[in-house]
Amino acid sequence: MIAPIFLLEAVVNGVLLGGVLALLALGLNLIFGVIDIVWVAYVDLVALCMYAVYFLVTLYHWPVWLAGLGAVGVGVVLGLLVHLLIISPILTSPPINQFLATGGLLFFIQSFATLLWSTDHRSVRVTLPTLEVAGIFISFARLIAFVLSILAMIALYLFLTRTYTGTAIRAVSQDREAIALMGARPRRLYLVTSAVGGAMAGIAGALFSIQYAVHPYFGNAFGPLTFMICVLGGLGNMVGAFFAAFIIAQVISVGGVLVSTEMGYVIAFVIFIVLMFVRPGGIFARRA
Amino acid sequence: MSRASARWALGFAVLAAAPLLPLGGAREYLWHVIIQIFLWSFIGNAWSLMGRFGLVSLGHGAFLGVGAYATVLLWNFFGITPWLGAAVAILLTVGLALVVAYPCSRFQVVGHYFALVTLAVSEVVRLLIVAERDWTGGSLGVSLRTAGTASGLVTLQFADKRVFYYIAMAAWIFGLWVWARVDRSMARSAMEAIGEDETAAASVGIHVTRFKMGITALSAGLTALGGVLLAQYLAYANPDTLSGIAVSLRIVFAVVLGGMYSLLGPSVGTALTIALGEYLRIYFGIRLIGIAETIYGLTLILFIIFLPAGIWGSLAEAWRRPTAPVRTAPG
Repeated sequence: MIAPIFLLEAVVNGVLLGGVLALLALGLNLIFGVIDIVWVAYVDLVALCMYAVYFLVTLYHWPVWLAGLGAVGVGVVLGLLVHLLIISPILTSPPINQFLATGGLLFFIQSFATLLWSTDHRSVRVTLPTLEVAGIFISFARLIAFVLSILAMIALYLFLTRTYTGTAIRAVSQDREAIALMGARPRRLYLVTSAVGGAMAGIAGALFSIQYAVHPYFGNAFGPLTFMICVLGGLGNMVGAFFAAFIIAQVISVGGVLVSTEMGYVIAFVIFIVLMFVRPGGIFARRA
Repeated sequence: MSRASARWALGFAVLAAAPLLPLGGAREYLWHVIIQIFLWSFIGNAWSLMGRFGLVSLGHGAFLGVGAYATVLLWNFFGITPWLGAAVAILLTVGLALVVAYPCSRFQVVGHYFALVTLAVSEVVRLLIVAERDWTGGSLGVSLRTAGTASGLVTLQFADKRVFYYIAMAAWIFGLWVWARVDRSMARSAMEAIGEDETAAASVGIHVTRFKMGITALSAGLTALGGVLLAQYLAYANPDTLSGIAVSLRIVFAVVLGGMYSLLGPSVGTALTIALGEYLRIYFGIRLIGIAETIYGLTLILFIIFLPAGIWGSLAEAWRRPTAPVRTAPG
């Protein structure tokens, strides 16, 4: 039997993990909602941003926070490149081709990273203290990541609701034909969305890099999970994705303590499959 | 004999005679590559049975994994002949496929959602294989217990690669035959109607769920058989090479690269990806680790952007363009 204190610790860790997962899912979901294409390689872009942090810190001796900002810039550039080079030529292709093109990008990024930087695990080695609150140990790095991802999500929310461009982006995701009639240019909005999505990947990369070591296949650890969260929340539904991230993170964290790490993931995936049958439009969808 | 069937017979005869050619020292390696091409083409063919009707499954990694592991574990622990093991494996896989596909069909989980649900299934199988490491060997994989002197037809282990060459070739031809049968059947018209508009298909009296279940069971069963043969041939099973997302994606890539709307498309795509992979691997050797995969990924992106109907599909279209209208993928 597992002591209640460990369970409580797992719950707290689940909440902290949920924050970062939510950030990932929101970035991917924003792109999907607007452009209607799933970026299969999204988390691999995050891994590239983590490499950016690593090299800025170790080679150029930037402070970690500045390297993190640099990673956001890298994320924006990557987002734009992916859109211009891969997505725009296949905007009207069948979904399976779109899926495979970004899947090809996944293979490309992973193997190119292996080629350039080998399969070594690289970490920026930030030494942060561990907090002890009422007998529970909380990693300070995780706490920072959690707080910053919540702030990033608030910023995204304000951007989408309070600015003209943000409003236009939300309009595209509602009706892409009508928005063109209203005088906005969908193609320009797609670019902005890709840049914002890339920036979110950069932020996630910066926050991951203080918790995990990066390696070429880092994306495989979080990629499938991020899709599951987006789908559970409803593809394109930002609020849904936010809550789904916390649910899935709880399942993984608590399941991992109760059974085993792999079984935590298995349970999360099975819950995902079952929920898809019960609520195909996502857990927060209104029934048509 | 018509000209078309004469061409087929000639092609098969050449392939059947190939192992008898004096190829010198590289022959074992060549056979190995061709066996892989036969088996993965067979699997790609099985996938395209679903894929061509808009049922884009990323769960075929799961079917391969269940098929391979069921047979290997039954043999390793209970000494059950792979013949019986294969039957069990196929039943298990078809069962799994139906358990997933039935609710998908009933609750209209289609398109992106179907792809993602099946993707989750292939991850579940991969993680379960890793988690049950006490008997599956976990991430390290599991070797097929050698049959020793009992090698032969009963244990499906052979010292001579050529036996597997013919087994793999027979499987491949069987796969093509099934594909052609489906292509000429009523089920094809029904499935195409369902793929285009499910509600409309149902309204003209097509039993949507029954047809979807049928094609899913067929595709999953064949894929499991492919998994069994791969495991028997390699005498080794590994969760990362036989299940999970990467494997599922590889199958789909090869098929789409070749073109999933034509009989030979999946085989051409598979042959090209395997040949490309092997060529790059030999050319670069241990220099520049990762470059082979890098070029592979880049090629895939370029092909999907510039040749969306697949290589063989595009060629076949160009060939018969003067007489038949161009067939495009349903958007």
